[in-house]
Amino acid sequence: MSADPALAEPAWLRRLLIALVVVAMGLLVALPLAVVIVESLAQGWQAYVAAIAEAETLAAIRLTLLVAAITVPLNAVFGIAAAWALTRYEFRGKRLLLALIDLPFAISPVVAGLVFVLLFGAQGWFGPWLAERDLQVIFALPGIVLATVFITFPFVARELIPLMAAQGRDEEEAAASLGAGGWTLFWRVTVPNIRWALLYGVLLCNARAMGEFGAVSVVSGHIRGLTNTLPLQVEILHNEFSFAAAFAVASLLTVLALLTLVLKAWLEARHGDALARSGRH
Amino acid sequence: MSTAVAIADPPVPAPAVRWRDPLPGFGLTLGWTLTWLGLIVLLPLAALVVRASDLGGDGWAAILASQRVQRALWLSFGSALLAATVATVVGALVAWVLVRYRFPGRRLLDAMVDLPFALPTAVAGIALTALYSGQGWIGRHLEPLGIQVAQAPLGIVLALVFIGLPFTVRTVQPLLETTTRELEEAAATLGASRPTILRRVVLPPLLPALLTGFSLAFARGVGEYGSVIFIAGNIPFVSEIAPLLIVIKLEEFDYAGATGVAVLMLAISFVLLLAISGLQKWVGK
Repeated sequence: MSADPALAEPAWLRRLLIALVVVAMGLLVALPLAVVIVESLAQGWQAYVAAIAEAETLAAIRLTLLVAAITVPLNAVFGIAAAWALTRYEFRGKRLLLALIDLPFAISPVVAGLVFVLLFGAQGWFGPWLAERDLQVIFALPGIVLATVFITFPFVARELIPLMAAQGRDEEEAAASLGAGGWTLFWRVTVPNIRWALLYGVLLCNARAMGEFGAVSVVSGHIRGLTNTLPLQVEILHNEFSFAAAFAVASLLTVLALLTLVLKAWLEARHGDALARSGRH
Repeated sequence: MSTAVAIADPPVPAPAVRWRDPLPGFGLTLGWTLTWLGLIVLLPLAALVVRASDLGGDGWAAILASQRVQRALWLSFGSALLAATVATVVGALVAWVLVRYRFPGRRLLDAMVDLPFALPTAVAGIALTALYSGQGWIGRHLEPLGIQVAQAPLGIVLALVFIGLPFTVRTVQPLLETTTRELEEAAATLGASRPTILRRVVLPPLLPALLTGFSLAFARGVGEYGSVIFIAGNIPFVSEIAPLLIVIKLEEFDYAGATGVAVLMLAISFVLLLAISGLQKWVGK
C-alpha cells in the first residue's frame, strides 16, 4: 500500500471501512445463511431427515427438477439462436430486439404469473377452448413451466450475446469458406468457443428456474403433492408454523444456491477469458 | 460491424451479383428468436394490455380511487426507491473495499456478494423473518428499543436491500477495477488532496454505473415478492405491497382488478426507469 496520503486512505480509515463492510455483509448475507442451517436442525437431525423424506417434499423435489429439466434446455436453445442471429448478421430493429429479450427482467414475477392466468385461466382468452378439450395449463405443470420459461427467458442469451459479439464471425466465416456446412461449423467452431459462457448462463438459468417463487406461486394453485415446487413447499410449511420442516426444505434450496455460487466462482476464475466481460449477471 | 467490413472489403474483386452471406442460419435463428419471444413474452404481455383496455373508464376510476391500491403502490415504489438508494451506497462501499483493499477473507466476502442473487427468494424471506421478527435472533433485541422490522415497512426495505445488493456491487466493481490509478497519481502530483481526488477524479466516471446499479436494484425491488411477503406481515394499508395485492385480487377471481394494478405498476416503473436513464445520459456527458 502506498504511503502517499493523497493516494490512499489512512490506515485507521481503511480498517474502519473494512470492518463496516464485513459487519454489513455479515448482517445482510451471512446471518440469513446461518439462520437457515440452525433453524433447519432445530429439532435434531432425525426431524431434518424426516422433513425431507416426507412424501410431499419428495414430490416437490421431483416437480422442481422436472420444471428445470424442461425450462433450461428451451431457454438455452433460444439463447444460442438469439445470440447467433443478433451477433452474426446486421438487420434493422436489432436494438429493439435486444431490449425485448431483456424485458422479463423488468417485470414482476407476480405479473409474469398473471399474464399466463389471463391467457390460459378459466376466464382467460384460451380458457374455454382448453376446458372443452379437458386440457389444463393453469394450476398444472404446463403453466408452471411457462411462467418459469418467462422468468428465466434472458439468462442464457445475455451471457452469449456480448461474448459472441466480441468474438466476431471471422472463425465461422473461415470455416464456411473452407467448405464446412452450417451444423459442422456450429458444432466444431461456435460451440467450443462459447461452451463456458453457455454453461455459465445455464447455471444461472437453472438456479433461478429451481428457485422461482412469485410467478410459479400465481400459476401453481398450490395443490399438495402435485403442483408444489420446492419454494412453494417452503411457504406452505412456514405458513403452517412447521418452521423446522420449512427450513429443512429451504436448506435444500440453499445448498443449490451455494453449489451455483461455487461453480460460478470456479468458472470465473478458470475460464474468465471465455466469459463475456460485461456479462456478469 | 464485421459484416460492414465484409461488404466494404470483399475477399474477391467486387462481384456484380448481390453479396451473399457465407454464414448460414439467419432465417432459422432469427425466426426461432422471434417466434419464441412472441409466444413466451409478447403474446402474454399483449393479453395484459388488452385486458387492461377492457376495464373501461369506470373500471379504471374504481382502481385508481381505491385507497388500498394507492397505499400498496406507494409502499412498493417508496420502499423500492429507498432500498435501491441504500443498496447503492452500501454496494459502492463494498465494491470499493473489495477492489482497493487487501485483507484476509476478501475472496470469501467477494463470493458472498452473489448469495442474494442465487438464493431463492422464499428462502431469503423466511430467513430474514427468522432473524428480524419479534422473537427473532436480531428482532428480539430491536423490539425493546422500539424498532419494529418485521410486519412493518422497514422489513420490506431490508428485504429489498438484501435483494438489490448484488446488482449494485457488481455494476460498480468492474469499473473500479479498470479505473486507472494513474489518473489519481497525476492528480496527486498536481497537489490534490485525497478528498478532492475522490470527489473529482474517482467519483465522476463511477456515477453512470452507480445509476445503473440503482435502477437494476430498483426494478428488481418494485416487483419483488418472495423475499418480502414473509417479513412484511402483509397488513393492508400498512405493509401490503402491490405484487401481493395482485395475488390477493387473483385469489378473489378479480382478474380485472389484478390486471389494473399490474398495468399501473408497469407504467409507473417504466416512467421511473426512463427518468433514471435520462439522468444517466445527463450525468454521462
